[in-house]
Order: sequence, then structure tokens, then C-alpha cells
Amino acid sequence: MTFGSLDLNTTWFILIGVLFTGYAMLDGFDLGVGALHLFTRTDEERRIMLNAIGPVWDGNEVWLVTGGGSLFAAFPNVYATVFSGFYMAFVLLLVALIFRAVAIEFRSKQPMLWWRRMWDVGFSAGSIVSSLLIGVAMGNIAWGIPLDDRGEFAGTFWSLLGPYPLLLGVTTLALFMMHGAIYALLKTEGALHDKLRGWINNSIIFFIVCYAMTTMATLLYVPHMAARVRANPSLFSIAIFNMLAIANIPREIHLGRDWRAFLSSCLAMVALMGLFGLEMYPNLVLSNPVAANSLNIHNASSSPKTLAVMLTMALIGVPVVLAYTVSIYWIFRGKVKLEKMSY
Amino acid sequence: MDVLTLSRFQFALTAGIHYLYPPLSIGLGVVLVIIEGSWLRTRKPIYHQIARFWTKVFALTFAVGVATGIVMEFEFGTNWATYSRYVGDVFGSALAAEGIFAFFLESGFLAVLLFGWDRVGPRLHFFATCMVCLGAHFSAIWIVVANSWMQTPAGFHIVGDGMKARAEITDFWGMVFNPSSMDRLFHTLCGAWQAGAFLVVSVSAWYLLKRKHEAFARASLRVGLIVGLTASLLQLVSGHFSARTVAKYQPVKLAAFEGLYETRSNAPLTLLGWVDEKDEQTRGIRMPGMLSFLAHDDLHSPVMGLREAAPRPEDRPPVNFSFQLFHLMVVVGLGMIVISALGLLYFRRGSLFEKRWLLWLLVLSVLGPQIANQAGWFAAEVGRQPWIVQGLLRTSEGLSAVVRANTVLTSILLFSAVYLLLFAVFVYLLNDKIQHGPDDADLVPAGKLALPVRH
Ligand code: HDD
Ligand code: HEM
Ligand code: HEM
Repeated sequence: MTFGSLDLNTTWFILIGVLFTGYAMLDGFDLGVGALHLFTRTDEERRIMLNAIGPVWDGNEVWLVTGGGSLFAAFPNVYATVFSGFYMAFVLLLVALIFRAVAIEFRSKQPMLWWRRMWDVGFSAGSIVSSLLIGVAMGNIAWGIPLDDRGEFAGTFWSLLGPYPLLLGVTTLALFMMHGAIYALLKTEGALHDKLRGWINNSIIFFIVCYAMTTMATLLYVPHMAARVRANPSLFSIAIFNMLAIANIPREIHLGRDWRAFLSSCLAMVALMGLFGLEMYPNLVLSNPVAANSLNIHNASSSPKTLAVMLTMALIGVPVVLAYTVSIYWIFRGKVKLEKMSY
Repeated sequence: MDVLTLSRFQFALTAGIHYLYPPLSIGLGVVLVIIEGSWLRTRKPIYHQIARFWTKVFALTFAVGVATGIVMEFEFGTNWATYSRYVGDVFGSALAAEGIFAFFLESGFLAVLLFGWDRVGPRLHFFATCMVCLGAHFSAIWIVVANSWMQTPAGFHIVGDGMKARAEITDFWGMVFNPSSMDRLFHTLCGAWQAGAFLVVSVSAWYLLKRKHEAFARASLRVGLIVGLTASLLQLVSGHFSARTVAKYQPVKLAAFEGLYETRSNAPLTLLGWVDEKDEQTRGIRMPGMLSFLAHDDLHSPVMGLREAAPRPEDRPPVNFSFQLFHLMVVVGLGMIVISALGLLYFRRGSLFEKRWLLWLLVLSVLGPQIANQAGWFAAEVGRQPWIVQGLLRTSEGLSAVVRANTVLTSILLFSAVYLLLFAVFVYLLNDKIQHGPDDADLVPAGKLALPVRH
């Protein structure tokens, strides 16, 4: 298929953004449920939490896998630079994701207390570490990393742990915890449901504090991540929309409209990722201090032929994927009931 | 040790361990489709019980398969960054296709397969089982296409030179249907079907030996043996096709597989042997003319030897290593045919249950496909050396420029510890599941699954 005069590089910039936003919205809630897992007390509560995400977490993680694959195909230089540059960080992320994945499956297979405790910790620690690392990676991309003139990373593992990336790591964790708590609210009833309501308030406060700090830090220390909005006041509407969506969450929770709260939280993520993308465009990895070495949608991309082939695949694949993803969420709608095949 | 050795070791470790699980999922997927189909058709509750039991085993292998697979997806970037820049334009699209077309399908419908028993009707559940099985096969397709492109590159051209050179796609379907991809796909799938089928065979034979769950074991064993024998026979055919493709496009590899140094007609096939790489001699039991026949369908055609195909020793893979692995695979492959044929023969005659030696062999048969699958991949990959992309990019040139040996070593240690733990827990849980056996409550399907029983 040919796509005429369509700007394929920009299209793929947007599509990669869509994939990672989808990942944040979907895996975000199960990472959040994982981060909250140890706050629950009884075995039954923990099983309910696990079964709330049981049928969907794996599909959610595929958004990350597909995002990674698409990055490889569309912007191989970014894939190569970021993954080899952030080597240890990614190894840690992978180990965390492994523990999370198998803990969900393994936990219910034995009744012993020590066994369940062990996988509870694995699940929760894996979720917390993954969320933090994803945020730290975003923080580094926003702050900029040292790149040499071949586009190779020129820093060290420790140089990735600057205060701004760490702040973004904590903010991401807070965002996922809030998102996960709302999702858990949708899937539970009775005493656990009431308990979750209390946590939600705490997690919203935690997130809003982190979010305010991040916004301030960005405005003060990372001015390039606010430059485009400053220059185009009309884009400010996205920032406003984002704040309204966040402010709407406690309101909907208070009114008992849990679904709308979840939707608000999703919209807030879309707006946040949208702002992030707008400020980055056309760069994919900022080079700091030598801005000229940045990787952008032109110097890091694949050939137009590959971008076109991939777009064709996306046009065929994505609608099908969305259709059955929605059906599967529909089949598993409603509150969690523990059954024979449950975790 | 240098970054090259360490990175190769790490890739072999992680890919080898990943490849323990997906073949089981692919093969068990086929078994599940057959069994659930039989249940829908015959309405015999025993099939429902069997389907439930193997679904639980499937869930276990799937979870570990996914956990180890995510590592693979990112390893090209972490350890082989220069390679990724070089091939991303071609190789990346196959990997992305795997995500869109395979993993979403598999993981989505898995939810219905595992948790949907009491939520959806039997037909929809069967549909989900088929989709999971299809998804597992799709992931094999795309990843084998990608890997085959590295063996026999096609549909691309090279742009830029020096540090900036890279492969760019010119013909997408040419890349997908590169000369080796379909042969290797079929071969890999046969191996996966064997892996799943012989797991079923092994567990069922074990119950028969222990005189437990006999009705369950007989019905499972029948399906396992039929799938296993079919796949083993197809494997022989497809192995032959693979060998022909290798002979045509990777003569160095074929010569290494057979330890053939001198180009000669009427080339022999060695059954068991040893390659002396110093003296460039291969000793062993030989069948004259068979290699010529395998490679060219003619007992007398000449087959190229290493001295002609790769005159400089640094252009050759480790010969004896490739040779032994390749022969291990072939010997195991022939063994699987014999074992499953005997099993099915005596099963038909009804005398299998007295032949304890054969039942014991069937119990052990689960190891065969695993050994052959590992040996086959190692042979195929090691035999391609010193190239990472045949004829285009050397493995030593594909490394990440910025990664240090210590870093790779740390990650190897970390992954080894995690994988060891995973493997131990997997074996422990699988054993537990097998000891526990099928659940008698599953003989009475409840809820929406309560099909009317036909008599
Ligand atoms: C149960 C597993 C299994 C069994 C019984 C066999 N193989 Fe195999 N073989 C594989 C599993 C496998 C594999 C893991 O699937 C490989 C590695 C890469 C690939 O494409 O398939 C492979 C590769 C492979 C190759 C190399 C292809 C390449 O390098 O591109 C050849 C020539 C053969 N096989 C031939 C045979 C023959 C003649 C067999 C005799 C029965 C045989 N295989 C049994
Ligand atoms: C899943 C089973 C697989 C096994 C057991 C396996 C095994 C190996 C081994 C042993 C090596 C090291 C070769 C050497 O000693 O030099 C290797 C290398 C490699 N393989 Fe495979 N491999 C598998 C699948 C794949 C697939 C599906 C791909 C590509 C999609 C792939 C791509 C590579 C790459 C990039 C390297 C590194 C470079 C090299 O050493 O050749 N492998 N693999
Ligand atoms: C080096 C190459 C490979 C890469 C990069 C890779 C990547 C992955 C990833 C990321 C997953 C997890 C997907 C999810 O989250 O659901 C996965 C699982 C899977 N892979 Fe691999 N894989 C490789 C080799 C192979 C091979 C050679 C096969 C089969 C021939 C295979 C078949 C599967 C299957 C069937 C699954 C689903 C999980 C399971 O059934 O156990 N993969 N792989």
C-alpha cells in the first residue's frame, strides 16, 4: 500500500505514542493493583485483587511488547541507543516484570502460607520497581541524556538516576497506584470495596502532590519541556483539560460514580502523554548537553518503505485487536467472584 | 572474558531457556483443540476432564513462556545495538508483526480459555481455544521468519557504507518468504507439536504404570500418540527439506553439520562420529551417497566441502560442535518415530498396558523433543557463525558499542539466578499437578458448560 504524501515519520511518532499511552492506561492499572497488593490483609482479599486483573494483565503487557517491536522497526536507532544505553535499568525492569508475571500464576498453586507470602512480595515488589523504572526512563528522555556524535549513549547507569528522573519515577508510581485503586474499586464489593475507598483518597492526594512537584520542577529546570505550550497559548487547553480530568477523579469517587472516575484517570493519562509528545516532537531522544546529537523522527527512522509496510499492518491489525480486546473486557465485566478456576 | 563471548553466552542462555516453554504451549494448544473438539462432538465427560487438566498445565507453561519471552524482545537492543541499527528496517517489522498479530490474539483469548469455563458457552469457549492455538502458531511464524532472514537474507538492499551501512527493505514478501523461512517454520512447528504431544504421552503413560486415573490416561494417551507420531513423521520430511535449503544457501553450514572437508560426489551421511578439526578428518559410521541424496535428491551429485566453501578457517563455524548437535537432533528424531510407532501399535492391539518397558520409554519420551529442539536451534545458529546475518554482518560487528563486559556479566548472573528459580518452581508445580491428577469434579461439567450427555 502507498500512502501518498502522508508524513510517515510523524505518523509513526504518533502511533508509537499511542502504543505507549495504551500501555500506561492498561498495564498502569494492573501495575497499580500490584503496588497496592501488600496493603490488603487476608488471603481472600489478595485473591480478589489478583483475580480482578487475572484475565487481562497479560494482554495489557503486550502493549509494551508491541511498542518495543514497533520502536525497533520504525526507529531502530532509538531502540538501539536507549536499550543499550539504559542497559542495567532495562535488565532490572525485565527481572521485575518476570517476577510479576510468574507470581500471579504461581501464587495460587500451593496453599502454604510462606509460599503465598513469597509470591505476594514478588508480585508487589515487581510492580513497584517496574512502575518506578518506567517513570525514571521517561524522566531521562525528557531531561535529555548525553549522546555522542554517532547517537550512542555517553553516560553511566548512575547518571540516569538524577533527581528529576527519580521524581518522575515516583510520580509514575503514584499515578499507577491511583489508577489501580480505582480499577480495583470497580471490580470489588462489600468490605474490601469500602476499604479501597479510603485508600483512593490517600492515593489521589499522593499523586496530586507528586504531580504538582513535577510540574513545578519541569517549569523551573526543564524549560524545553514547556517551550511549545508557552509559544502556543492554544495548546494550554490540553494542560487545562489534564488538570480538570485529575480534579474530576475525587469528585466522581465522592459521588460514587466509579466508572467515570476510571475514565477521568484514563483521560488524564492521555493528556499527559499528549503533552509529553508535543513537547518532544520531532525529537525522540534529546541529547543533553549537545542538542545537535539528538535522535529525531528523521535521523533515527527506518526507510519510507518499512514505515509504509508497518502502517499497513497497523491498519489491519489494530482494529481487530481493539475489537476482541473490548469483547474480552466485556466478557469479564462486573465484580470479581472467586470460582474454581480462579487464582 | 570479552563482551562478544559474554553477549553470545547470554543470548544462548536466554533464548535456549525461552525455547523450553513455547514449543510446549504450541503443542499443547493443538492437543487442547483436538480434545475440546472431541468433547463437543461426542459429549463424553471424560474429554471435558482431560481438557480441564491440560488447560491448567498450559497456563503454567504459558506464564513462564511469556516471562522469558519479554527478555528476548529487548535483548537485541541491549546487547546487539549495532546489529539492531543495521537490520532494524527489515528485521524489526517481523518482530512488530509478531506483537500485533500473534501476542495480542494469544493473550486475549487465553483469558477466555482459562477463566471463561463458567462464563461463556461451550462453542465460544472452543473458539477461544482455537484462537489461542492459532496465536501461538502465529508467533512461531513471525519469529522464525525473522530468524530465517538472518540465515538466508532476501528482499533488501544495503544503503550507506562504513559505520552507516544498513539493510533496507525492498520487497516485503521477498523478506517474509526468504529461501529458508517456510522450510524452517514447518520444521520448528513439527518440533513444537512433538514437544506438546510427548508431554501428554509421558504423563498418561506414568498414570498407566501407577494404575491411577486409567480412563483419563487411556484417552489422553491415544490423542498424544497420534499427534506425536504424525508430527514425528512430518518432522523427518521437513528435516529433509531444511537440509536441502541449507545445502543450497548455506553450504558452509551443511559441510560443518556433516564434517565434510573435501568436496566430493557420492558424499556419505555419517550416523555417529567425531570430527578432528586439526587433521580435518571425520571418522564414524557412514552411509555412502546418502548426503548427496539428502542435499540434491541424487546419490552421485557432488557436495561442497569446507575447504572449498570456506577456505579460511576463520570463516568456518566450530565444526565438531555443529556436527554433534546436528546428529543429536537427527538421532533423537528417528528415535521418536520408533517409540511412538511402537506405542501406537501396541495401543491398538491392547497389549501396551502389559509392556512396562515400553511404558517407561514413553514416560521418558518427553525429553526427546526438548533435546532435539535445543540441539536443532544451537546447530542452526552455531552453524551460521561467524555471521550474525549470513554473508552480511559478522557477529563480532553486531555488538552494542557502549556496553561493558562487567555489565553483561552482572546481567548474566542475575538472569541465571532468576531462570534457575523459575525452572525449579515450574518443575515443582508441574510435578505437583501431575501427582494430584485430574479432578473428578470435572467429570460433571456445570453451569453453561453442562451439555446434555449423549448415550
Ligand atoms: C523435536 C524437535 C526436532 C526433531 C525431532 C528434528 N529437528 Fe531438525 N530442527 C529443530 C527441531 C527438530 C528446530 C529446533 O526446530 C530447528 C532449529 C531451527 C529451525 O528452524 O528448526 C531444527 C533445524 C534443522 C536443520 C537446520 C536448518 C537451518 O539451519 O536452517 C536441519 C537441516 C534439520 N533440522 C534436519 C532435521 C532432520 C533430518 C531430522 C530427522 C528426523 C530432524 N531435523 C529432527
Ligand atoms: C529459541 C531458540 C533459539 C536458540 C536455542 C538459539 C540459540 C542460539 C545460540 C546458541 C546462539 C549463539 C551462537 C554462537 O555460539 O555463536 C544464538 C545466537 C543468536 N541467535 Fe539464536 N537461538 C534461538 C532463537 C533465535 C531466534 C528466534 C532469533 C531471531 C529472531 C535468534 C537470533 C540470534 C541472534 C541475534 C544471536 C546472536 C548472534 C549470534 O551469536 O549468532 N535466535 N542463538
Ligand atoms: C529470539 C527470539 C524471540 C523473541 C524476541 C521472542 C519474544 C517473545 C515475547 C516478548 C513473548 C511474550 C509475549 C507476551 O507478553 O504475551 C514471547 C512468548 C512466546 N513466544 Fe517467543 N520469542 C522468541 C523466540 C520464540 C520462538 C523461536 C518461538 C516458537 C517457535 C516463540 C514462540 C512464543 C510463544 C508461543 C509465546 C507465548 C508464550 C508461550 O506460549 O509460552 N518465541 N516471545
